[in-house]
Amino acid sequence: MENLVLQALSGLASASSLFLVASGLTVIFGVSRVVNFAHGSLYMLGAYLAWTLVTTLPRGHLGFWGGVIGAALLVGLIGLLVEVLLLRRIYRAPELFQLLATFGVVLIVQDLALMTWGAQDLLGPRAPGLRGSVEIVGLRFPLYELFLIGVGPVVLALLWLLFHRTRWGTLVRAATQDREMVGALGVNQRMLFTSVFFLGSLLAGLGGALQLPRESVNLHMDLSIITEAFVVVVVGGLGSLSGAALAALLIGELHAFGILIVPKITLVLVFLVMALVLVVRPHGLLGKPEAAARGGQGSAEPVIGPAPPALRWLALAALAVAVVLPPFLGDYAVSVLTELAIFVLFAASLHLIMGPGGMASFGHAAYFGLGAYGAALAAQWLGAPMLAGLALAPLMAGIFGLVFGYFCVRLSGVYAAMLTLAFAQIAWSVAFQWVEVTGGDNGILGVWPDAWAAPKLVYYYLALALCLGATLFLRRVVHAPFGYALRAQRDSTLRAEAIGIDAFRIRWLGFALAAAAAGIAGGLFAYGKGSVFPTYMGIPRSVDALLMVLLGGVQTLSGPIIGALAFTGLQEQLVRLTDLWRLILGCIIVLLVLFFPQGLAGAARARWEARHGDA
Amino acid sequence: MGRRQILAGAGVAALAAPGLARAQGEAIRIGEINSYTAQPAFLQPYRNAWLLAQEQVNAAGGINGRRLETVFRDDAGRPEDAVRLAGELVNAEKVSLLAGGFLSNVGLALADFANQNKRLFVASEPLTDALVWSRGNKYTFRLRASTYMQSAMLVEEAAKLPAKRWATVAPNYEYGQSAVRWFKELLSRAKPDVEFVAEQFPALGRIDAGATVQALAAANPEAIFNVTFGADLTNFVRQGSTRGLFERRRVVSLLTGEPEYLDPLGDEAPEDWIVTGYPWEQIDTPSHTPFREAYRRRWNDYPRLGSVVGYDTVMAIAALLRKTPTLETEALVEAMSGLKFQSVLGPVEFRAIDHQSTMGAFVGRTVLKNGKGSMADWRYADGKDYLPSDDVVRTLRPQA
Amino acid sequence: MATLEVEGLTKSFGGVRAVQGVTFAVEPGEMLALIGPNGAGKSTCFNMLNGQLRPDAGRVRLMGRDITGIAPRQVWRLGVGRTFQITATFGSMTVLENVQMALLSHHRRLGQLWRPVARMDAAPARALLDRLGMADQAARPCGILAYGDLKRVELAIALANEPKLLLMDEPTAGMAPQERVSLMALTADIARESGIAVLFTEHDMDVVFSHADRILVLDRGRLIAEGEPAVVRADPKVREVYLGSGAVTGAH
Repeated sequence: MENLVLQALSGLASASSLFLVASGLTVIFGVSRVVNFAHGSLYMLGAYLAWTLVTTLPRGHLGFWGGVIGAALLVGLIGLLVEVLLLRRIYRAPELFQLLATFGVVLIVQDLALMTWGAQDLLGPRAPGLRGSVEIVGLRFPLYELFLIGVGPVVLALLWLLFHRTRWGTLVRAATQDREMVGALGVNQRMLFTSVFFLGSLLAGLGGALQLPRESVNLHMDLSIITEAFVVVVVGGLGSLSGAALAALLIGELHAFGILIVPKITLVLVFLVMALVLVVRPHGLLGKPEAAARGGQGSAEPVIGPAPPALRWLALAALAVAVVLPPFLGDYAVSVLTELAIFVLFAASLHLIMGPGGMASFGHAAYFGLGAYGAALAAQWLGAPMLAGLALAPLMAGIFGLVFGYFCVRLSGVYAAMLTLAFAQIAWSVAFQWVEVTGGDNGILGVWPDAWAAPKLVYYYLALALCLGATLFLRRVVHAPFGYALRAQRDSTLRAEAIGIDAFRIRWLGFALAAAAAGIAGGLFAYGKGSVFPTYMGIPRSVDALLMVLLGGVQTLSGPIIGALAFTGLQEQLVRLTDLWRLILGCIIVLLVLFFPQGLAGAARARWEARHGDA
Repeated sequence: MGRRQILAGAGVAALAAPGLARAQGEAIRIGEINSYTAQPAFLQPYRNAWLLAQEQVNAAGGINGRRLETVFRDDAGRPEDAVRLAGELVNAEKVSLLAGGFLSNVGLALADFANQNKRLFVASEPLTDALVWSRGNKYTFRLRASTYMQSAMLVEEAAKLPAKRWATVAPNYEYGQSAVRWFKELLSRAKPDVEFVAEQFPALGRIDAGATVQALAAANPEAIFNVTFGADLTNFVRQGSTRGLFERRRVVSLLTGEPEYLDPLGDEAPEDWIVTGYPWEQIDTPSHTPFREAYRRRWNDYPRLGSVVGYDTVMAIAALLRKTPTLETEALVEAMSGLKFQSVLGPVEFRAIDHQSTMGAFVGRTVLKNGKGSMADWRYADGKDYLPSDDVVRTLRPQA
Repeated sequence: MATLEVEGLTKSFGGVRAVQGVTFAVEPGEMLALIGPNGAGKSTCFNMLNGQLRPDAGRVRLMGRDITGIAPRQVWRLGVGRTFQITATFGSMTVLENVQMALLSHHRRLGQLWRPVARMDAAPARALLDRLGMADQAARPCGILAYGDLKRVELAIALANEPKLLLMDEPTAGMAPQERVSLMALTADIARESGIAVLFTEHDMDVVFSHADRILVLDRGRLIAEGEPAVVRADPKVREVYLGSGAVTGAH
């Protein structure tokens, strides 16, 4: 019994920490609709800066608490800087594009932190006056954890006062509910956004700084917190502070008690909770449905037409090069080209649901991975020949696409995207934990092509044919009635339903089709690598796909192709050139975002249209 | 050999090396793949020592007059990237053999690549037993003492403790799981009356330390077997000591004596834990002292265990290359089986039976010295004494 | 047989009775206007007819068939075209493609994955646009069209499945007076020609009294008058509802 009390208290302390980070994220999202991937980096910077300040300042209360507050303020300023220099310039870009920019920031911060603070974990001092523990129901409980339990509610109360008792707060709430209206009221929107970013970043920084007496500061803090923070925000309901508090509480406590019953649950618990909540409540615990976009506002998606002749020639020339050149290249170049072909299909499949379908997915790697596992399991357990494995890949991915998609496509916007992430993580954890079948994180080895396809060149042509074929098929689908129906439900669900289109079914089938296509890519990847690991369906791979599509441009059909080539090519080159590839890649992404807010292909298209005077 | 000699040697090498290379034909190229950006804390000291060893080998005239050269690649912690880069190193960079790997899955992916492409792969760090046993192959050899070996070393100590009720805590992935599995199996065999009353498997890098500590305390074990490391370990130790988890309880802990994990803890390093590790400042053997001093001079830093592994991987490869006149893979593999070389920690052999080296580890207990964690009462546990019998190995490695 | 028969239609929102016991019918070829002051329940009534809202009580019959509470897309399949108060078209498609979508859906060809839309149902779509005087706009994206033109596109879409009933919510809202007259005249022509029953709501009394064959007047959820324009205009209850607005006289 006593132990359960303490377990509950431990859960509260975690919930409190989680809430601090999530509150900043939800405030920023509520007002700016920016999916801020860099929020975890701000949290990490908060911890590092606090470490520097606290260890430099004289010891004692002033030094410690001054350091913590100072770090939070500094992080607030950094967030402000990011908003003014970067995000402010791209608010008008297509939805989620800002995510690309913030991901660039993540990469840059990772390397800068490494260069500034070094690779070794840093352990900060404990909080003065809160070093020890108190007896609660006869057991010892750390004072600092008790303090943290208090911080969460205090911050929540302060935020509540800020939002309900000040003019600024009223404006923020109004903007959270209706962004356009606040703009129409003549409020200085820029100032509002910038100040909200400052506050949100400050909260992230504070969250990080307050971890100093709890855990070591390390370079993995950013990514380990960001998904969890997003889960809290989404489970609570986007933009809802009290929702975030409730969700943090729920997750903190479930964690604390979950490990008593199922010690291995920590891997997926938060995602199980999120999936369950979103299936039952599509807008989180306390979220409200987003006001439907009003007609005539925002830029309409461009018309999709047949490729202009110039583009056709370019594509044909590229294809000719892709077919003719490889025999003259070395094995390595050929294997890179194989990967490029695979990623082109992977990105194109995601684009089908993101572009024409109008649904974001943060978990597309699940289908890539399921395809890979489908092929690998067939090879390992059934001794299937390669072609059978490759046929099974889209089948496996497609079936799971149908199952997961059934739930995901009912939701909209970031909620839908996060539910795809939840399913992807659940699939990942099954691959990770079902060691007897999948080999766990050690993966499945020996998934090599049949003898006839073993030469790199032969395998390349096989991959090229399948990937190109599937990509062209997807392109064809977009031009066919089904693709039009996808766009129809994206443009106007009301109109689509009014002319007999079952929007849910179209989205659902579109999702499954994209999943199956990703499965082909995954199957080819498995045989190309010879092994399959849970990382194939991990979050980084999903993010990669997202980056490729956004980098190329969501609004054009050639976007994902160009995005995949650019992103994969760039990364492949940089990784071999320098250890600082993350810094350079991050900078390049940020610059591309600033100069081509419609993506690479989008920019090319705009330029082409400007020259040819076409509307 | 005195310090002066090494210094002089290094100086001469610096001057003479380019000339040597020009005069004596092509360098021998090693392809090294590791998760440099994903795990910099462990791999920077590793690479530093690697470079040191390479410089020393080249300064001493290289391999039969040919210089050693290493092409480093960063796999960013992704096995699929490691496989691609392995292809690059073999096909484009024309390396003669592959080495490296820190994460177990990266190591396994590289091993499978090596097997498929018939290349020698000298795995330096990855700990998974699968690398040489269940998924071992002809072309893969591993230097560092494996999960099994390190667990076995600790079981020997654990069996001497009076404790009967044990709890375990380990990161939730293959390394953590197999360490716990071996520990339970071997300890139960050594002391049939032990019982395991709780086990915790926090997600790697994301331990909820307060709740984990509380859950362990609730089971009221007499001793704890810990496998967490890095940031998880730090958080676990902090929460555990504030909550009194370690009082009147013995803790047996894998790898915790390695400076990589002990040093970040500073003056909060736990005392009197039984650990495997590397008391670098106390090992004054003829093979270790010169290494430590040379490392200090070259990098103005002290060596970590990763440094030992990096250094010895180069030395093992150098020994291999001296033994074989050709760079042909089958000959290299042939020579690698049963290869003996003088490691920093003592003589080591790459066993022919399972391609595992007999490199050992230091077993001792942790103490605080001058506000820093360190090891006391330690001894070198030679790896060859902590491997199963050949018959058992054959069943564990059925394919070979 | 009447095209649409509505019987005792009732809907409340949280205790507020938006529509109470509304009963009426529309005949083939007839233009029936549904008018009333703001908040009278016109839109609620409308949304129950094509299935966007489920009525609390009452029946809706199309050609004698009960369609109460079935989904909008099924209502459409049974021959009910719809235009919206705020136009809803596919902004990323051209005018022609918008109409093609309705035709393709009507012909149940939307599941097709291979043949490009460009070559499907283009001729009948063009014919429809021609009919509505939109042929020269066929290639323009709907996203950049003027509002009046969008209303015409909506009408073309609504006509694509050869409907028996047209539901038009404020068909001329936001249009210039000149355009209103021509659009409604065109609608009336088509309705009479093809025997389509048209039910529309409208704010502009000029439009109502010059184009409707019959008028229903709704006030606070109840039907208070029904009949030919002259009768409705003379009805004292209607005058009371619209008192002071002067709108019902049609005077300028």
